[in-house]
Amino acid sequence: MGATFVQKVLARAAGREHAEVGEVLDVRPDRILSHDNTAAIIAKWRTLGQSRLPNPERLAITLDHAAPPPTVRHAQNHAVIRAFVAEHGIRHFFEVGRGICHQVLSEEALVLPGDVILGADSHTVHFGWLGAFGAGVGRSEVAALWALGRIWLRVPPTIRFELRGRLAPDVSAKDLALHIIGRFGADGGLYRAVEFGGDGLATLSLDDRMTLANMMAEFGVKNAYLPPDEQVFDWLANRLAQRQGISPAEASERIATRALYPDPHATYEAVHVIHLGDVEPLVACPHTVDNVVPISHVAGRRIHMAFLGTCTNGRLSDLATAARIVRGKRIAPGVRFLVIPASSEVLHAALEAGYIADLVAAGATIGTPGCGPCMGNHLGVLAPGEVCISSANRNFRGRMGTPDAEIYLASPAVVAASALAGVITRPTDQLTAEQ
Amino acid sequence: MIIRGRVWKYGDNVNTDVIFPGKYTYTIQDPAEMARHALEDLDPSFAANVQPGDIVVGGRNWGCGSSREQAVTALKKAGVGAIVAVSFARIYYRNAINNALPAIICPEAAEALQHGETAEIDMTAGRIHCAAGMFSFPPLPEAVLGIFEAGGLLAYVRKQLGEEA
Repeated sequence: MGATFVQKVLARAAGREHAEVGEVLDVRPDRILSHDNTAAIIAKWRTLGQSRLPNPERLAITLDHAAPPPTVRHAQNHAVIRAFVAEHGIRHFFEVGRGICHQVLSEEALVLPGDVILGADSHTVHFGWLGAFGAGVGRSEVAALWALGRIWLRVPPTIRFELRGRLAPDVSAKDLALHIIGRFGADGGLYRAVEFGGDGLATLSLDDRMTLANMMAEFGVKNAYLPPDEQVFDWLANRLAQRQGISPAEASERIATRALYPDPHATYEAVHVIHLGDVEPLVACPHTVDNVVPISHVAGRRIHMAFLGTCTNGRLSDLATAARIVRGKRIAPGVRFLVIPASSEVLHAALEAGYIADLVAAGATIGTPGCGPCMGNHLGVLAPGEVCISSANRNFRGRMGTPDAEIYLASPAVVAASALAGVITRPTDQLTAEQ
Repeated sequence: MIIRGRVWKYGDNVNTDVIFPGKYTYTIQDPAEMARHALEDLDPSFAANVQPGDIVVGGRNWGCGSSREQAVTALKKAGVGAIVAVSFARIYYRNAINNALPAIICPEAAEALQHGETAEIDMTAGRIHCAAGMFSFPPLPEAVLGIFEAGGLLAYVRKQLGEEA
C-alpha cells in the first residue's frame, strides 16, 4: 500500500516508518512560526514555568501584521517581542519592513522540502508550495511547542487535484484557487490534506505555486502540497547556500535529499482532474471566499479602493502584472490604489525593474512590506459603505475594519485593471494588447 | 458535567473575523476585554446578553478563517458553556479543546436546536436534550481527552513538564 505525502512527512517528523490515515502522532516540527502574536504567546509560555527556551533556533518570528505599528499599544507589543528575542538569542527574527512571514521564511530558505512547519497563522499552509508540510495552530499550541518541541497531529485523508494543460494569459493561480474553492465550497477540504499533481503543474510559475498553496487555507485544509521540482530546488539552493555558507551544489543536494513525494499507488479520498484551460477570471464576492462568480457577473461594480498585496498576491510577478497594466495610464478619479509588496526583497526587485515607478506614476500608493490592511489593523482600512477589490485571501464581513464595507477578491490583473477603470474590470484588453 | 443554557443559533461558515475582529488581535490580551467584543460583527446583541452556560450553535465550518485563539477565548470568557455545530474549522476545533471549551460535532442537534430555547448537554453521557428530543454525540478522542480534562493545553503542558523534571 502506498503512502500520500502527508502520511510520509508526518511519519518522519514523528520518528516513525509509516503512518496510517486517522492515526494521532506526536510530531516534532522543524520550524515554529509566529508574528506580531508572539507577545501574546510569550505571556502564555511564561505560565509554563520554563526560564529558557529549549530550542530557540527552531523559532522564526516576523513583525508583519501591524507593521509599522499604528498605535502605542501595537508598538509596545513589538517592544515586548524584541526584548524576548534578545533575551533568548533567537536568530531568525525579522524586523518591521522585512515582509510577510510566509514570504520571508521562503526567501530565507528557513523551510525546506519535506520539512514540517507549524505556525500561529492560518496561512502556514503556504509552505506546501515548496513541498513542505505547513499547518496553522493556535497561540497556546505555539507556547506548548516552544516548551516541549512536539504536538499531536492527526494524519488526514488526502484529496488530489490533477492539473492538465495551461492557464489562459489573463488567468492566474488566484483564479485557479477560486475555481476550486467555488466549486467545492469553503469547507470542501475540511480536515483534509490536498495534493496537486499532473503535467499542468510545471506550467505554473513559482509565484503561482505560492498563491495556490496559500489560498488552500480558504478551502479548510490541514495542509497543501505541490511536489517540488528542479525550479524549486534552484530557487532555494542559492538562498540556503548563502545563509549557511555552503556551495549551491551542496545546498541543492541537501534539499533534494530531504524532499518527499507520494507513492504512485497512494490511497486518495478523491481525485479531481482540472483542465487549466477551462479556468476563467473569477471574483469571490462578499462575504465568503466560496461566493465565486465569473468576472462578467460583477463587472461594472463601482470600487473605492484597489488593494494589491498580502501573502497571497504581493510578489514580484504580481507587481509586474499590475505595472504592465497601468503603465502610462492613470487610475480612475475617486479610487485609491494601494500596493504593498510582500517583502523587502520583492520591493527591491520591483524598484530595480521599474515597476514601482510605473505604479506610482499611475497614481498608486506604495506601503511598507507586510500584511497591510488585510485583517483591518492599519495602513488602508475601509470606511462604511466602501467597496474594495483586493488580491488578498479573505472577504469576510468586517475583515478590513468595518462590517459595512464590501470586499471582492480577485487576481492582481483584475485589481490593477479595476483601479484604472474605477469599476470591476476584466483585464483581457490591457494584457493582450501587450503580448 | 452538565451544561445548561439558552441557545444562540447562527449559520454556516461563521468565521473568526466576525467572532473576534482582526483589528483587535494585537492589542487586546485581557480575556474579559475580548469577551466584550465576542461575535461583534455577527450579532451585536450577543456580548451584552449572553449568560453563563449558554450554548452557541453553528452550521458547517464554524470558526473558519484565521487561527486566532481569541475567537475561542472571547466566547469562553463570555460564559459560553459549549458550541454545537455541524462541523468545525480545524484550527478552531483545536483551539476549543486547548481552552477546554466543549466543541461538539453533532449535525442532527445543530439542525434541531432552536434560537432562544433552553437546552442541556450531558458531557459525561454524550447527550444533548432540547425541545426536539435527545441527541447523542461521540466522546472526545483518547489522544486529546487528557488536554480537555486538565483544563486546557497550558495546564496539560505544565503537568507534563512537571513529570519530566
